[in-house]
Amino acid sequence: MAEHTGMVEKRGAGLWLTHLGLIIGVAFIFFPIWLAFVASTVSQPEIVRPPMPLWPGDQFFENYSKALTAGVNAPVALMLGNSLFMALGIAIGKIAISLLSAFAIVYFKFPGKKLFFWLIFLTLMLPVEVRIVPTYEVIANFGMLNSYQGLILPLIASATATFLFRQFFMTVPDELAEAARVDGAGPMRFFFDILLPMSRTNIAALFVILFIYGWNQYLWPLLITTDPDMNTIVMGIKQMFPSGDDIADWPVIMATSILAMVPPVIVVVGMQKLFIRGLVESEK
Amino acid sequence: MEKRVTFKGIWLPLLLVLPQILITAIFFFYPAGQAIWQSLFIPDPFGLSMQWVGLGNFEYLLSDRYYRASFVTTAVFSILVTVVSMGVALYLAILADRLIKGSGTYRTLLIWPYAVAPAVAGVLWLFMFNTRVGVVTWYLGLLGYDWNHVLNEGEAMGLVVVASAWGRISYNFLFFLAGLQAIPKSVIEAAAIDGAHFWTRFRTIVWPLLSPTTFFLLVVNIIYAFFETFGVIHTITSGGPQQATTILVYKVYSDGFVGQDLGSSAAQSVILLFIVSILTVVQFKFIERRVHY
Repeated sequence: MAEHTGMVEKRGAGLWLTHLGLIIGVAFIFFPIWLAFVASTVSQPEIVRPPMPLWPGDQFFENYSKALTAGVNAPVALMLGNSLFMALGIAIGKIAISLLSAFAIVYFKFPGKKLFFWLIFLTLMLPVEVRIVPTYEVIANFGMLNSYQGLILPLIASATATFLFRQFFMTVPDELAEAARVDGAGPMRFFFDILLPMSRTNIAALFVILFIYGWNQYLWPLLITTDPDMNTIVMGIKQMFPSGDDIADWPVIMATSILAMVPPVIVVVGMQKLFIRGLVESEK
Repeated sequence: MEKRVTFKGIWLPLLLVLPQILITAIFFFYPAGQAIWQSLFIPDPFGLSMQWVGLGNFEYLLSDRYYRASFVTTAVFSILVTVVSMGVALYLAILADRLIKGSGTYRTLLIWPYAVAPAVAGVLWLFMFNTRVGVVTWYLGLLGYDWNHVLNEGEAMGLVVVASAWGRISYNFLFFLAGLQAIPKSVIEAAAIDGAHFWTRFRTIVWPLLSPTTFFLLVVNIIYAFFETFGVIHTITSGGPQQATTILVYKVYSDGFVGQDLGSSAAQSVILLFIVSILTVVQFKFIERRVHY
């Protein structure tokens, strides 16, 4: 295979043109991120007197330590912690409750099974964006404004994850459940000792997608966290812009933007195989 | 669908589905029901009582100039985001597919923006085009172009479209590249031997074979543009200038939260609910078909 060069793949000048086209594309896509990084390493006067430099300066440690320890409204380290907690809570919560309900739906016969299945399916049609005010009222009535429960709970129902696990469980050979039953193992024993270990890769792939989903939430934290100490980093950036005519503290804001991307980028690039698998599987 | 081998018991499976059902009932169905119910009333200014207006909120909305304008804005915005991000992604995927070696490297470089939250993407693009300090604004000024998305409606729309499309290129690229790589090289080579040039091969072989991927991405991208771009719009334009970038989801937020017009916001939620339902059905109908390919 390695020796094979087809007629349609390009060689010579064509090959270089192809690379050139891709490099221009990559450069276009990277430029906003590069510029944000540069801005996070220079001083405020260098930015407010345009044009700003296009090469990093020497203020990296000053800007990042100022952002992490002081920020504008709240230290960014705190917001990073909130985001991490929220993203992990959403990812783990979604996976846990979906595994359990998929297990029940595939391996049991019980009244209301069809109904439950459809109720879970219908949540696909109810994104947070269409039920903003009433969901906010529910959380307010529970006294969950500015709390982790409030950030996490309304987002952890998951039709996609439930379907994915259901699909996977359907492909697990019946003999395994049969053997477990013959050995006198109860359903939960079967679930924890056999089904869960077999689902490892699926769980990991889904985790990557859901972690990013949770980390990148914007509207929901914006509504329910009025206390700056509960802000997540993604929604907190906008709050760092001054109202009125004051000039924004760009180096600190850009350092915060870079910090907001680092964890999800590490997850996506570091677990690329799992990420692509998760992406394709969750769209099936 | 059911397993041949099932476990016995009724209480255990009910207990297992309970967490998911509770969350769904409390945070999905109850609020959705509330939205439908509230859309039939107008609260008095002190919030003490509600006055039944039937479909009054809907009638008012549909005759409201701003709401109708928001529909048009949403349509323009969604179409532009979809076309721009799918166009760029397809172009890059075709190039990457032509490489024998190295397409993996480009893939790694191109999936980054997927990880960047729409709200953060908004801040990055706002920074480049900021009227006072933006680098791009400054260079455009050198060329004699006075960029000001704070005042110019077309420029505001252009900026939120590009920022939204940018974040979506990775996703579309991955699916297009997978779709292209699934097309048997032998088919394309046979056409090449017959003397078909690149454009002819693309038009007659690649594009038709890629159409399931394209259609799937079309639906998914429209859903994205409708519902997941709130962060971009909120950070860059806050719906302005003169509501030029107020898409439907942004309007639910600004009328319900900022304007406190609960009846109208609830009616808007119901209309959105209707739109998502249609999109979801289209998506699922299509996915059923996709299985047969």
